[in-house]
Amino acid sequence: MTWTEYFVIIIVALIFIVVFQIAKASEYVSVLKGEKKAFQQNNRINAFLMLVFLVLGLAAAWWCNSLLYDKTLLGVPAASDHGEEIDNMMWITLYITGFVFVITQVLLFWFAYRYQTTETRKVHYYPHNNKLELLWTVVPAIALTVLVAFGLYYWYRITGEAPKEAMEVEVTGHQFGWEYRYPGKDSILGRQNYKLVDAAKQNPLGQDWADVANHDDLHPSELHLVVNRPVKLIIRSQDVIHDVGLPHFRLKMDAVPGIPTTMWFTPKITTAEMRKITGNENFVYEIACDQMCGNGHYSMKGIIVVETQEEFDKWMAEQKPQYNLAKPEVASKAAPGAENNKDLVLAQ
Amino acid sequence: MSNEAVIQHGAGTHEVHGDHHEGHHHHETFITKYVFSQDHKMIAKQFLITGIIWALIGGAMSVLFRIQLGYPEATLPWLEDIFGHWAKDGRITPEFYYALGTMHGTILVFFVLTAGLTGTFANLLIPFQVGARDMASPFMNMLSYWFFVLSSVIMLSSLFVQTGPASGGWTVYPPLSALGDATQGSKIGMDLWLISMAMFVVSSLLGGVNYISTILNLRTKGMTMTRMPLTVWAILFTALLGLLSFPVLLSGFILLLFDRHLGTSFYLSDIVLAGNILPNEGGSAILYQHLFWFLGHPEVYIIILPTMGLVSEVMSVNARKPVFGYMAMIASMFAIALLAFLVWAHHMFVTGMNPFLGSVFVLLTLLIAVPSAIKVFNWLTTLWRGNLHLTPAMMFCIGFVSMFISGGLTGIWLGNSTLDLHLHDTYFVIGHFHIVMGVSAFMGMFAGIYHWFPKMYGRYMNNTLGYIHFWITMVCAYVIFWPMHYEGFAGMPRRYYDYSNWESFKQFVELNKVISFAAILSFLVQILFVFNFFYSIFKGRKVTTKNPWKSNTLEWTTPINPGHGNWPGEIPEVYRWAYDYGKDGVDHIDQITPIGENESKEGH
Repeated sequence: MTWTEYFVIIIVALIFIVVFQIAKASEYVSVLKGEKKAFQQNNRINAFLMLVFLVLGLAAAWWCNSLLYDKTLLGVPAASDHGEEIDNMMWITLYITGFVFVITQVLLFWFAYRYQTTETRKVHYYPHNNKLELLWTVVPAIALTVLVAFGLYYWYRITGEAPKEAMEVEVTGHQFGWEYRYPGKDSILGRQNYKLVDAAKQNPLGQDWADVANHDDLHPSELHLVVNRPVKLIIRSQDVIHDVGLPHFRLKMDAVPGIPTTMWFTPKITTAEMRKITGNENFVYEIACDQMCGNGHYSMKGIIVVETQEEFDKWMAEQKPQYNLAKPEVASKAAPGAENNKDLVLAQ
Repeated sequence: MSNEAVIQHGAGTHEVHGDHHEGHHHHETFITKYVFSQDHKMIAKQFLITGIIWALIGGAMSVLFRIQLGYPEATLPWLEDIFGHWAKDGRITPEFYYALGTMHGTILVFFVLTAGLTGTFANLLIPFQVGARDMASPFMNMLSYWFFVLSSVIMLSSLFVQTGPASGGWTVYPPLSALGDATQGSKIGMDLWLISMAMFVVSSLLGGVNYISTILNLRTKGMTMTRMPLTVWAILFTALLGLLSFPVLLSGFILLLFDRHLGTSFYLSDIVLAGNILPNEGGSAILYQHLFWFLGHPEVYIIILPTMGLVSEVMSVNARKPVFGYMAMIASMFAIALLAFLVWAHHMFVTGMNPFLGSVFVLLTLLIAVPSAIKVFNWLTTLWRGNLHLTPAMMFCIGFVSMFISGGLTGIWLGNSTLDLHLHDTYFVIGHFHIVMGVSAFMGMFAGIYHWFPKMYGRYMNNTLGYIHFWITMVCAYVIFWPMHYEGFAGMPRRYYDYSNWESFKQFVELNKVISFAAILSFLVQILFVFNFFYSIFKGRKVTTKNPWKSNTLEWTTPINPGHGNWPGEIPEVYRWAYDYGKDGVDHIDQITPIGENESKEGH
């Protein structure tokens, strides 16, 4: 340990001792002054502090909001259609709970100040009042009904079936990264079996090469999406539970080994547009793993690029099917195109 | 129910005992008095002190990982001096960070706020407040404590094994927790964790059965169920929750042990780990989550219900006014206890569960807000037009209500599956549950400790230190957890070791420093509290009157330092409820005072 560290420890210890001595002395003083007097004084001071806490606390909440608001996504438009609905839900909930929060906290601390003990105060013996109790059963129940109704309306829209024209992409998590698979020209993701996974043989996703649908499946290193085109993610995990967390799209879905999950949405804002909106040139859509998955959990990042159809097509044209890498000898003989691939497989 | 008979029987057998107590009939050795004690008061103290030790360990862990979060770039050689390769070059390693977080959660949730809290106040208050000589089965009670110690020792030992303790989060979801190759903490540390928790469940059940049977069978004459103080009601519901849900947790853990060691596939399927293809097929990782949260959710009520009881009681005493809506308080606790079993899957909205099933859980979850709201409004009305004695205990009651409101309202956010899609597993969740079941529960527990300290030790705790403790805790709690909601609004995930590589989450560097600073400060203040606690046991101001708070409940009719059996003579008979404060202009009328002729009919 260094001298500064010893120094800090000594300082802390000294503060402890001083506080403790003051506290002990105050006890003696209260005995001298008379316990009653000390009790009254404590009450006055602490009742006043309750009020101070209320006022400063509300002010601090305001200040905290102004400091942090711009660092959150509250002021950033949601990047997906579902996200917009979730934002609506959030504001509805914020208004209702915020209102209740302010009312109840003000009452609490105000009562604590207002009804502090005095020599003359007579308490109001008030054991119960059925009407009042009914009132504050019914009113919260109504407020919550509203919240449940809105919540479920959005929930069913978000979790409903994906539109038919949705692009399908498979996202697979493993310790500690994400893999993406596009279905290629045939729009069909080929069959898969975890027992076929073999990274050394260029088959990290366990694609079954006997299934022709696999031969044009692409395996790029980034997830590219088309703006305003619905996308359905088929989410898998190879080892432990992960979670596809998309903060800007306001969505999340677990990746569970053995149980594929799905999630669909329509991206609304391209990466380029979002750079302008946020004023951050380095902005990228990130996939954050949101389920504790091991020591590298914090680094399990994926990149999503949202772009126009043209840009997407151009990017897509550059990608090579994984099959070409896994079976170069077969693939190179075959002319590009699914039909030829099929013939080849049949020949084998 | 033949209450009378039971009570007379109970009183009869114990009386002999009680009468002789003043003599030297009992030969108590150090061992039977302080170690293998069967006296409920001593067991309560044992639970409390063990809980305090665990709280210090668990709190210190949070300080360590807050150092990492607040100062990720800092190199602190003293960390390496203490922790060796776990803090190589003075920086906490990811393994260490995750182990700390996991242990912090486990320790605080189970060892402090379940065993430390219920163990203390159930043991202390049930016999005292229902008018019993001791628990229904003092021997089982002793076992309950010693199983807790056994569990503690095993958990503690897991901190010292080569590969470290469990590190997959306090919920230990498989497959991460099932596969030793997935993370270091899932090796022997995980086995110790599971065995320790199994012992913990045994301890909980032994305690719970005892609490329930004592409350139902050993009430003194006249102590009908609806004359019991709310503390006892709260503990009754807590014990019922634990009794019905802990076995499910244990079953989940046993299946996990099978998966780990016997090659079963309850939770495992289709796994390729570090290039190895595992043979397990057909299991469901989600099954574990159902089993876990079937306890896990009632667990948060197991933590918060007893403090609701403590706060209701302490608040009423110090407001010099009956608790408002006694029956509504019981009914709402009953509703909370019942609903607690029907909401567990709200922790699993994003696991890919059936959306319809999800919507049922949304409805039931938000339904819990109704009884919670009733309780809050009832507490507010209890304060209204009272004559508030702002003792440290009362301060903590007010702090409890403030925290419960803040944390309860954010629960309405997270219980709504639509919002959970965005906020799940972000710092919003951390802020929410630390406020509502961490800080709230601690505030309620502190209220209980300051209030019943004179009954436990015949001395007072230092008031000034109590006030300092309260204010710094209160301010720090909000400084720590309020801004975390904003981090949640940025989508910032929890359980990250470092955020600096993330374009989306790296903007909170300054804030994380502030939070870490407040966390360290509040930890130091808790040490001050612990010091006050132990100092006051030996040197505190002595209690000179039997009933220092002018309270109505039975424990204050016992001698200042009650012996074994609690009451020297007969157990007093009870004539009224516990909350006649300020009735007919009389400051307080204790439960053993018969109803006067001219007394008004108001009240309960």
